[in-house]
Amino acid sequence: MAGRTEAILARKGEIMKRALGMDYAEFERSPIAFDYDAMMAAHGYSLDDIIAIQRAGGVGDTPLLELRNLTDLVRSYAEPGCGARIFVKDECANMAGSFKDRRASVSIHVAKAKGYEGVIAATSGNYGAAVSSQAARASLKCIICQEAFDSRHVGQPEIIEKSRICEAFGAEVIQMTVGPELFSHMLELLDTTGYFAASLYSSFGVSGIETLGAEVARDMVAITGRAPDYVVVTHAGGGNTTGTARGLRRAGATGTKVVSASVDLSGLHMASDTDFNRKSFTTGHTGFGVPFATWPDRADVPRNAARSLRYMDRYLTVTQGEVFYVTEAMAKLEGLERGPSGNTAMAAALSLARDLPREATVVVQETEYTGAGKHHWAQLNFARANGIDVRLGDPAGNVPGTNIVVPERPEQIRAKEFDLAKLRRSYVRNALEHAGEGYAPTSEDIEFLAADTNSTPEAIEEIVVGLREA
Amino acid sequence: MRCAAGDWVEVRYVLLEPEDRAANLPADTAAQPLLVWVKGFASNPAAGGEELQVETMTGRIVTGVLTDVNPGYEHTFGRPAPELVHVGADLRARLAAYRAAAKAGE
Repeated sequence: MAGRTEAILARKGEIMKRALGMDYAEFERSPIAFDYDAMMAAHGYSLDDIIAIQRAGGVGDTPLLELRNLTDLVRSYAEPGCGARIFVKDECANMAGSFKDRRASVSIHVAKAKGYEGVIAATSGNYGAAVSSQAARASLKCIICQEAFDSRHVGQPEIIEKSRICEAFGAEVIQMTVGPELFSHMLELLDTTGYFAASLYSSFGVSGIETLGAEVARDMVAITGRAPDYVVVTHAGGGNTTGTARGLRRAGATGTKVVSASVDLSGLHMASDTDFNRKSFTTGHTGFGVPFATWPDRADVPRNAARSLRYMDRYLTVTQGEVFYVTEAMAKLEGLERGPSGNTAMAAALSLARDLPREATVVVQETEYTGAGKHHWAQLNFARANGIDVRLGDPAGNVPGTNIVVPERPEQIRAKEFDLAKLRRSYVRNALEHAGEGYAPTSEDIEFLAADTNSTPEAIEEIVVGLREA
Repeated sequence: MRCAAGDWVEVRYVLLEPEDRAANLPADTAAQPLLVWVKGFASNPAAGGEELQVETMTGRIVTGVLTDVNPGYEHTFGRPAPELVHVGADLRARLAAYRAAAKAGE
């Protein structure tokens, strides 16, 4: 009976309506379009309200640091006149060690205010720690569903550490083997417990990240006298890009370019039991970054508040070896020992800054905590033990799942540009497929797709015609 | 391995047998059952591999086979990666050389 998973998924809308206290049906406009702005505003919290919620939760107002040594390192090999100033927002300073505390804090506040007994989230990442920590402060029960092991019961040290920290904060951690049924099981648990869905992708969660973008703009004005030229964001499910960009705009930084960055894991299947431990990044990679950009509504809520194509100006990919190298460099040159996944954007930023004029500014908007397991040495040792060829060389020779090529020199760190036109085309194809065979998009749909991909109605029309002819 | 009633333990259960799993999984995943491990307080004494009920941190009652008693964590930082041990010294030397050259050129 493959029916159990399908049966619970068929009830997703009904379960999530109860578990979020929010009816997504009222925002639907057509099989393609929905009112995104109305959905984001429905919780009724202003940015100041969210700041107040986060202060009460011990979240936010993290230090923004200029990285003078890394900047000069880049200038040592950049073309004359090039090498932008590099900054980092030290989000590790949040309660549970990452920007995910911002995301969790609003959901937990809502759960408490609405009288739920507990909260549930499905995540193998820092978000689990954030939800567990905020739930503990709010005296709410907490269940975290994690994809933790392959079928041999072998788990990456980074994920095992995340299981540990959630349990340290008093959460019940459901450690599962590989498979997308993680989400259907979460729905079953929401249904049987009556708890609140602390989804990564609700408007509560994504609104909580807006304070990060607003703080980056405010801090950069204080330090340099103006908003940053570039903000680089580690990109997976899209919330980080979306929330940060929205916050920057709210703070008036409308000219700042938002650059998303992911670790290249192309070729690895995210639902494969054997591929699971052949990757050394559990998030911030293209295995989430690309599918969520091209179809955000694959999330656990009916409509995803994280819609990264709306907000990204560029999308860069880097290799696992480059990120591990940069993680080591940050510790040795800047005295910042931070978790590797959060440094994905830092690797991309070093490449970006090299090609920009010295006067330009680049902000990496997060760091994450580090510790046993959640550390580049532990991840590299694990990769080697699992048959990955770890070696020094040119990262251009990177093959995800087969090798990890650690750069010999910083000049070898070169982010690759991901073609946004390709992502937009995939998104439109997915939207048309989900609308159903034979559905003809209306002009309102075209407008929606243009807004949702940061494009124009004319460009969308062209894609639609191209897809019909293909 | 044995637990007494009230001990903090870990149990494992099969959430989905291979034939019950979601459609469209890669073949390697589809061939495996979906397993779950969860921790809680044992409701009765049991030996390793025996089925028992536990009460989890949220108060849920879960049934599974006993896999660990007083389960802990063994993950570490491990030894340094040989590919990275030179990075600090290399980059500090490069930075010093760059700044010395910049100063000399002023």
